[in-house]
Amino acid sequence: MAIALVLVLVVVGSIVFHIFSPWWWTPIASNWGTIDATLTITFWITGAVFAAVILFLAWCVYRYRHTPGRVAAYQPENKKLEIWLTVVTGIGVAALLAPGLVVWADYVTVPDDAVEIEVVALQWQWNYRLPGADGKLGTVDNRLITFENPLGINPGDKAGLDDLVIEADALHLPIGQPVKMLLRSIDVLHDYYVPEFRAKMDMVPGTVTYFWFTPTRTGTFEVLCAELCGVGHSFMRGEVIIDTEEDFQIWRDEQETFASLSES
Amino acid sequence: MDEANIRASKDIPPAEVADVELYHAKSFWTKYVFSQDAKVIAIQYSGTAAAIGFVALVLSWLMRLQLGFPGLADFITIEAYYQFVTIHGMIMVVYLLTAVFLGGFGNYLIPLMVGARDMVFPYINMLSFWFYFLAVVLLVVSFFVPGGPTGAGWTLYPPQAILSGTPGGSGAGIIMMLLSLIVFIIGFTMGGLNYVVTVLQGRARGMTLMRLPLSVWGIFTASVMALLAFPALLVASVMMLFDRLLGTSFFMPTLIEMGEQLSYGGGSPIMFQHLFWFFGHPEVYIVALPAFGIVSDLLSTHARKTIFGYRMMVWAIIGIGGLSFIVWAHHMYVSGMNPYFGFFFATTTLIIAVPTAIKVYNWVLTLWRGDIHLTIPMLFSLAFIVTFVNGGLTGLFLGNVVVDVPLSDTMFVVAHFHMVMGVAPLMVIFGAIYHWYPNVTGRMLDEAMGKWHFWVTFVGSYLIFFPMHYVGLVGVPRRYPELGDSAFIPDSVQMLNSFISLAAFAVGFAQLLFIYNVITSLRRGKIAEKNPWRATTLEWQTPDMPPTHGNWGDELPVVYRWPYDYSVPGAAEDFIAQNDPGPQPAGETKT
Ligand code: HEM
Ligand SMILES: [Cu+2]
Ligand SMILES: [Cu+2]
Repeated sequence: MAIALVLVLVVVGSIVFHIFSPWWWTPIASNWGTIDATLTITFWITGAVFAAVILFLAWCVYRYRHTPGRVAAYQPENKKLEIWLTVVTGIGVAALLAPGLVVWADYVTVPDDAVEIEVVALQWQWNYRLPGADGKLGTVDNRLITFENPLGINPGDKAGLDDLVIEADALHLPIGQPVKMLLRSIDVLHDYYVPEFRAKMDMVPGTVTYFWFTPTRTGTFEVLCAELCGVGHSFMRGEVIIDTEEDFQIWRDEQETFASLSES
Repeated sequence: MDEANIRASKDIPPAEVADVELYHAKSFWTKYVFSQDAKVIAIQYSGTAAAIGFVALVLSWLMRLQLGFPGLADFITIEAYYQFVTIHGMIMVVYLLTAVFLGGFGNYLIPLMVGARDMVFPYINMLSFWFYFLAVVLLVVSFFVPGGPTGAGWTLYPPQAILSGTPGGSGAGIIMMLLSLIVFIIGFTMGGLNYVVTVLQGRARGMTLMRLPLSVWGIFTASVMALLAFPALLVASVMMLFDRLLGTSFFMPTLIEMGEQLSYGGGSPIMFQHLFWFFGHPEVYIVALPAFGIVSDLLSTHARKTIFGYRMMVWAIIGIGGLSFIVWAHHMYVSGMNPYFGFFFATTTLIIAVPTAIKVYNWVLTLWRGDIHLTIPMLFSLAFIVTFVNGGLTGLFLGNVVVDVPLSDTMFVVAHFHMVMGVAPLMVIFGAIYHWYPNVTGRMLDEAMGKWHFWVTFVGSYLIFFPMHYVGLVGVPRRYPELGDSAFIPDSVQMLNSFISLAAFAVGFAQLLFIYNVITSLRRGKIAEKNPWRATTLEWQTPDMPPTHGNWGDELPVVYRWPYDYSVPGAAEDFIAQNDPGPQPAGETKT
């Protein structure tokens, strides 16, 4: 009988733990509140199913445990019940999937007014490149990477000369401005991950990946690497600082361009 | 065949294949070492898997020691932690679970349950085990090569897997790992062909496909899947080995390692991930389907009740098996693949939830109105349902592409897959061992020790992995040997980590008790009656118990009914064996 009780306790304990858990996701700092919303819907639906199935199981164990003289029912099938359960499950699954796909469509559709910023990962640090006065990032090639040109910017491409290069330092971004993060790696896989932004994406050498978001809160946020990249993986941390527009401009004006870096 | 005839009929088709003479061992070596008897091979597989599985268990203690009490054991360097994670994961998934379910239970149960004398190709079956054994040896040797074993994570993603920033990447560790996998796959292919062909060709008269016990359906479907999925891993392993040894660039783009241009160029790291998960996702079900099948039989037998919705259960197994080949990229939502794939893979992934849910309902409905004997196999089966439902539901988070974004690569994922493909299948393995131990040894396992083993393992595992989801919700990434100083991680997470580690040590300790029970019961266990659980399936109806070489004595069994005739109204006992021509079930008029 202990088992029926423990099954009930598993359900009650899990729910109580969930409600009182001090361990919860970080306060959001981006436009991806919709992701949190789908997560919340998923918690409700799956939580209800978990409680229903396990409590019914506990009741069955309690009610139909062996006692002298009990005989099990002989019931190989029950078409009606099986169809009914299948349909209800289908509806539940659709209720999870539909909002998920809607939000995913947003996730992969970058707004037109997003500014492009490049993140370049290597073992085990984060570098960045911001477009210069022309508002455009110049072309790059990993084969051009040298000590003097750590991001492999193409010196023959005028658009790249005024690009701002930030090596192993914090990134600043203005609040409220959508950004498209272009992600590059020059060695192995990495993953640009800021828990408060919710968004993340792997960085893959040989190709450029992306995600977009709009910062909604000023402050300093920690960047972590979320894809195993060797022994420095858990130390590969950085900072991204969300500024007001004015603070951002001040910071921006202090950064070095590719051209000035190559001269020095 | 219509439904009533599945359940029972007296028409028995003539034998299609004549009974053949078996190979008979002539010496100790050919009887116990290079044995061709599937039952001996099953024990060899299980014993080897248990031994290497124990290594994986010890590695998990070391990892939990580091995570729960960082700095306490300073021999656990970062390199060592990554090596532990990698080898632990790889052993658990491939060398333990796959080997136990297919090589262990497959070999033991298939011939007995379908009413065959042995596997169709006994010699190949023997080779299969020895290849597996060699694969395990290679894996163990990798601990002793310069640089130690690979620390690339069990997913072995290039480029890092073969570069010097990863333990074993520039040494022999990764080479040994890939060689071991290649040998494993060759060995599995020989065994897998046997399982499939024996189910298709070796069945007793009257044993139609729709009368197979669900254990056989699960193992059979998993074997078919493994035969189709493992080649992708084989190809990926061979190509990566070439990249590492011959300087080819299948998976290696132009890259700069520690400031130096390497000579690679033009390869695709994402291609490796597609190949890996084309194997890796079906692999999850290769482990799960045998567990589904076996637990169905345990529930039915120990609740003395027909399995609910047998045909639906069979179709769900086949449906899950088929669908699981078109969901692989749900492991790659944030891999940088074309993001539009997300729509397709999220949809297929959530569709799989439907047949999976049906299976859960049918297990629970099997218990409903049953006569539930709370034996140890039953207890473990109940624990399976709880952990599987829990882990299956968190799969709906990770499968639903956008919900996966914040959770991917965090401890939430680690908690999810341990619950669904670690703990849940292990519960079935334990239940199955308590159930079939008397069939193998003629003795029962000790029940008091079994109860302890059950309670600590079930409650302990839940206490390990349920709270771990919340560590992931906070945002802690997986594969981190320590939390580090992060403003967003409250100090209390470290306390929770210590608690989880203590639970892990308790669970580990309970496994020692189990091993002790398995060994001492060989000699001291209570002598088992002939069919101690009063089960219907053929493995309990052999003339001798434990069954001897050739299984059936002089005459092969003939099957008259499906495997779930429990508590048939009007029958003398609460079960009718499959080879019992007995009375027709109530209300049965057809012949
Ligand atoms: C009590 C038993 C177990 C404990 C305490 C345990 C603990 C752990 C820990 C601490 C990690 C590393 C997490 C990280 O840092 O990312 C891990 C990873 C893993 N475990 Fe387990 N584990 C157990 C059983 C199992 C079982 C039965 C399986 C079988 C599926 C399994 C499969 C894996 C896999 C695939 C990984 C991932 C390896 C990687 O990231 O490359 N574990 N486990
Ligand atoms: Cu990393
Ligand atoms: Cu998968």
